[in-house]
Amino acid sequence: MAVAQTDVAEIPVQKSGGYWSGVARRLSRDPVTLGCAAILVALIGSAAFAPWLGLADPYTGSMVARLNPIGSEGHILGTDEQGRDMLARLIYGGRLTLFIGLVPVILAFFIGSFLGITAGYVGGLLNTIIMRTVDVFFAFPSVLLAIAISGALGAGIVNSLVSLTIVFIPPITRVAEAVTSGVRSLDYIDAARATGASALTVIRVHVIGNVLSPIFVYATSLTSVCMILAAGLSFLGIGVRPPEPEWGLMLNTLRSAIYVDPWLAALPGVMIFVTSLCLNLLSDGVRSAMNVRD
Amino acid sequence: MSGPGSLVDIRNLSIRFRGARDVHAINDLTLGLAQGETLALLGESGSGKSVTLKALLRLLPPRRTDIEGTMKVNGADVMSITGRALQTYRGGEVSMVFQEPGLALDPVYTVGRQIAEAVQRKKRVSRDEAMSTALDMLRRVRIPSPERRLSNYPHELSGGMLQRVMIALALACRPRLLLADEPTTALDATVQIQILLLLRALQKEFGMGVIFVTHDIGVAVEVSERIAVMYAGQIVEEGTTHEIIKSPRHPYTRGLLAANLHDVARGTRLDAIPGAPPPLDVKPDACPFAPRCPLAEARCRAALPPVHQIGPRRRVACIHADAPMEAA
Repeated sequence: MAVAQTDVAEIPVQKSGGYWSGVARRLSRDPVTLGCAAILVALIGSAAFAPWLGLADPYTGSMVARLNPIGSEGHILGTDEQGRDMLARLIYGGRLTLFIGLVPVILAFFIGSFLGITAGYVGGLLNTIIMRTVDVFFAFPSVLLAIAISGALGAGIVNSLVSLTIVFIPPITRVAEAVTSGVRSLDYIDAARATGASALTVIRVHVIGNVLSPIFVYATSLTSVCMILAAGLSFLGIGVRPPEPEWGLMLNTLRSAIYVDPWLAALPGVMIFVTSLCLNLLSDGVRSAMNVRD
Repeated sequence: MSGPGSLVDIRNLSIRFRGARDVHAINDLTLGLAQGETLALLGESGSGKSVTLKALLRLLPPRRTDIEGTMKVNGADVMSITGRALQTYRGGEVSMVFQEPGLALDPVYTVGRQIAEAVQRKKRVSRDEAMSTALDMLRRVRIPSPERRLSNYPHELSGGMLQRVMIALALACRPRLLLADEPTTALDATVQIQILLLLRALQKEFGMGVIFVTHDIGVAVEVSERIAVMYAGQIVEEGTTHEIIKSPRHPYTRGLLAANLHDVARGTRLDAIPGAPPPLDVKPDACPFAPRCPLAEARCRAALPPVHQIGPRRRVACIHADAPMEAA
């Protein structure tokens, strides 16, 4: 037998890859997640590089070319109620919509993680103060809360960002607190302290290292909600103001055209739908790829 | 045991956990350990063994714990160490091996990194130097192919291997005192004896003092020179391993020794101590073992038993201590 003659020592040792290479391997076997990631990359890429794509100006309209149907000459996706090129507006609109969809979640991720990890690790009175304050925000439905804060602050991009950030801090704080208090009582925290780690080291290395990925995965699942809320605020007129291209706002201004050209009027909605669907599926895929314990 | 040669000197230690129900976990415990000595703390679940160890490392939650009495390690008062000195004390002077190695290592870092981090905390050395110390430690705990294990995550190693890593982590900064909290309980029998032998060899090599907590008399006999038997947060009997095994004085110790499987005819009932340990929601004011003790008298239930010093470093907390009992 040829196999038996091989010296055991000569068999190359397969180096066990790290955690992230395992995640990458599992992701590469998941076509749905990869497809969603590709669509999102295309959307974000086209939005980011919009000025260099040779598109029509999304702000200048034409009185004669209003509400051209999809497929008309010079305007592949038609024109809106003021004769502005729909393709350009949808792509430029992606800039604002994605910006307002992502930034509040990122801000809320940092603030909420900080509050939640502090509450979970310190415990006691501080935990009660932080978590009960957070509970107050849970009393309002998130849409209502966003509308109320935006209404109070007034329309505008910055105000939308602020109100959406406030809306997303409580759920992230709650998740962070739950994960942290679970990790805090584990033996390896005591073991780290027993080898002389300071409280700061324990939090920085052992707590954050273990809680950040579940919080992050949860936060990614909030981005689609955030985007829809942002679009909703704009639709209601308390978010982005015209003439800025933004999907929610476009949906609102094209509302009256729904009887003339329903397909055209539905386009911004399609964009919102596709983006949030992709975000949700991507977040699900990443979650299962990162979960090694199952 | 006290004086300049002593490594650990615990006197009249009482620990109470406050909560919806108070628990008097440790009641007036006095314990000493010499340099380079191995002591087994023997007792059943809830007798306060682990609490004693955690108190020595100041790992108990300060807000919910009342601690009275004094604990000295190497002459320094444990309760008055704070801040940076406490970080140096933990790991540098005293270190601990936990019961469940799978839970005591952080799952998201490689074992090499965890050991290196503990080394870097104590000595200002580069990452590479700390890693080579980690590699050296893995060799000392006799892990096969240590170079590869260095870059393994805890979930890639077996229980026995993890416990070796845990020991390497605990000993990386050469503590004078090692606290071992049932380090072999979670392992299977063949691995248990390997870990015990390893601990004994390392204890000799490093000349550390070891306090070894266990509920297994066989393990206690295997590793230790001295045994202290704990019951309801007190030490009821202390002596050399030989003295405890050959001439136990306390009825509880005798009960423990009787409840083993050696020399028992097949089919006969095993001797067991009747009853259960007392609830510790009030501080005991009588012998806590009296309700289960075959020799209990009225005065056992009236007051705490006196501690008889029946030899150098040999003591028994029982009124019957002066009258040696026949082995059951």
